[in-house]
Amino acid sequence: MNRQAQSVVMFLVGAALLHAGLSGLYLRYVKAGLQPLLLASGAVLVLTALMTLWYERRKRHAREEEHGHAHREPRISWLLVLPLFALILVAPPALGSYSAVRTGTALQKPYAYEALPKSDPLPLSVVDYAGRAVYDHGRSIAGRRLSITGFVALDRGGTPYLVRMALNCCAADAQPVKIALTGHVPPVLEPDTWLEVTGSYTARQTRDPVNNGPIPYLDVTEAKPVPTPHDPYDETWNQ
Amino acid sequence: MAITRPAPPGPARTDKRSGPDAPAGGPGPERDGWHLTSPVALTVLLLVVVVAQGPIRGALSAPVMQSWTTVFVAVVVQALPFLVLGVLLSAAIAVFVPPSFFARALPSRPALAVPVAGVAGAVLPGCECASVPVAGALVRRGVTPAAAIAFLLSAPAINPIVLTATAVAFPRDPGMVLARFAASLLVACAMGWLWQRLGRTDWLRPPAHAFHEGGSKGEAFWGSVRHDVMHAGGFLVVGAMAAATLKAVAPASWLRTAAGNPFVAVLALAVLAVLLSICSEADAFVAASLTQFSPTAKLVFLVVGPMIDLKLFAMQTGTFGRRFALRFAPATFVLAVLGAVLTGAVLL
Repeated sequence: MNRQAQSVVMFLVGAALLHAGLSGLYLRYVKAGLQPLLLASGAVLVLTALMTLWYERRKRHAREEEHGHAHREPRISWLLVLPLFALILVAPPALGSYSAVRTGTALQKPYAYEALPKSDPLPLSVVDYAGRAVYDHGRSIAGRRLSITGFVALDRGGTPYLVRMALNCCAADAQPVKIALTGHVPPVLEPDTWLEVTGSYTARQTRDPVNNGPIPYLDVTEAKPVPTPHDPYDETWNQ
Repeated sequence: MAITRPAPPGPARTDKRSGPDAPAGGPGPERDGWHLTSPVALTVLLLVVVVAQGPIRGALSAPVMQSWTTVFVAVVVQALPFLVLGVLLSAAIAVFVPPSFFARALPSRPALAVPVAGVAGAVLPGCECASVPVAGALVRRGVTPAAAIAFLLSAPAINPIVLTATAVAFPRDPGMVLARFAASLLVACAMGWLWQRLGRTDWLRPPAHAFHEGGSKGEAFWGSVRHDVMHAGGFLVVGAMAAATLKAVAPASWLRTAAGNPFVAVLALAVLAVLLSICSEADAFVAASLTQFSPTAKLVFLVVGPMIDLKLFAMQTGTFGRRFALRFAPATFVLAVLGAVLTGAVLL
């Protein structure tokens, strides 16, 4: 790949990073906190591409008589077009039920249980509900109407789970936290559908078949489909 | 592997005269057709992929492929900012810092320079993608390879950002932070000294850069940035493909069986660290989630990962050459496992 082609690839990769960083597309792949670095590196790549083209042009003017310096450029650079195509043309969705079913629940004991607002229904994250249900025996949430958003995953036996992938850095380290659903569960559930589930705490628990981790149940009264949230991952562990 | 490139650059070589940017008046470098044709090949490739995007999307819509592509893109997007940071730093070192600076800053005896360089790794913020190009620049600036290796291995593991992340991931276990720091520094210095005794300079790829092509410092700086981004970036893609394959295809349940036996557990997490290629800022959280494993096995995961993994191996091959990487990677792996087990036995 010669320098003009390299500049084009760098420019496109930089522009793709800028686009992903500005449009919120990046939230499908990495944590929210990476946005400034992402934008900065995209800008540097675009700038490098422009500087390369500029120096190439100047050199061509300056050394018209001099014949080429056969400097072999690395062919491995061609591989950089793969993430470019994947990001621009395919833009794969955030990790969903496929990874969630294959990976064990990553529920950890929370450091503390924050005081909850008085609202009804009480909005709660999947991770927060699971933590309170398993490690606090539902003390702070028993008897309240809860509203929880996550996507649907069905294990091999067809058991429905409400899942949120928790993320620390990028999708490669994302791990699911699962809630099993009982009560008025919709009869037909499509994996990867995002649901806002209203329900209440129940003491029933089960074990994740993959890693034997604890999975609390939620007694569902109502479930309605919602669009994918702006940030599909749970990032509470980053704070 | 997953995305096939439909237009190999080969055929474009034949039509080098008819390329759209073969200027009539200004002769470019013509000795090698490859140089003239790669923009044409790239254009053809872009066109073909844009035209064929429907079938490509269809092929990638199966859950396995979707998950593969997501992890692949995620690893690349996550690593690129740190790679760019490392490349900028490495270009600045290569162009603006005179070699005499390192001669003064580091002790002249290599045996002493190794631990100093190892501790200096603490100042490079970020993960392992940044340290490879910086270590490459240090070698080119005349720093003894043994010291550069100590820096390369210690920087991703002992900088404040990574140690803070480790403390957050193990809130009830401050010993893990200390053990990670101590074991990583120990292994980094051991590798530096080992290189000093056994290493041979001809294993290292001679500096590929032609920095001073008669141009200005600015030209040298941007030339270095361009070369390193394209080069290390290509190898990063190789590593990301390997990591995505493991994450999407390998079953997670075999880990449960491995956790039972302490010896197998250590080995399993060491191999897992190599295969997963997780950024060193995030690996502590993954280690913390492997609850079935002993603290020592988790420490092995934290020490091995930032020093050697698939992505790093690919990038080291690119920066230092294959002869170096093939010897360096197994030695690092063995020493890192031993160092972590020893430290774990003392501190955990």
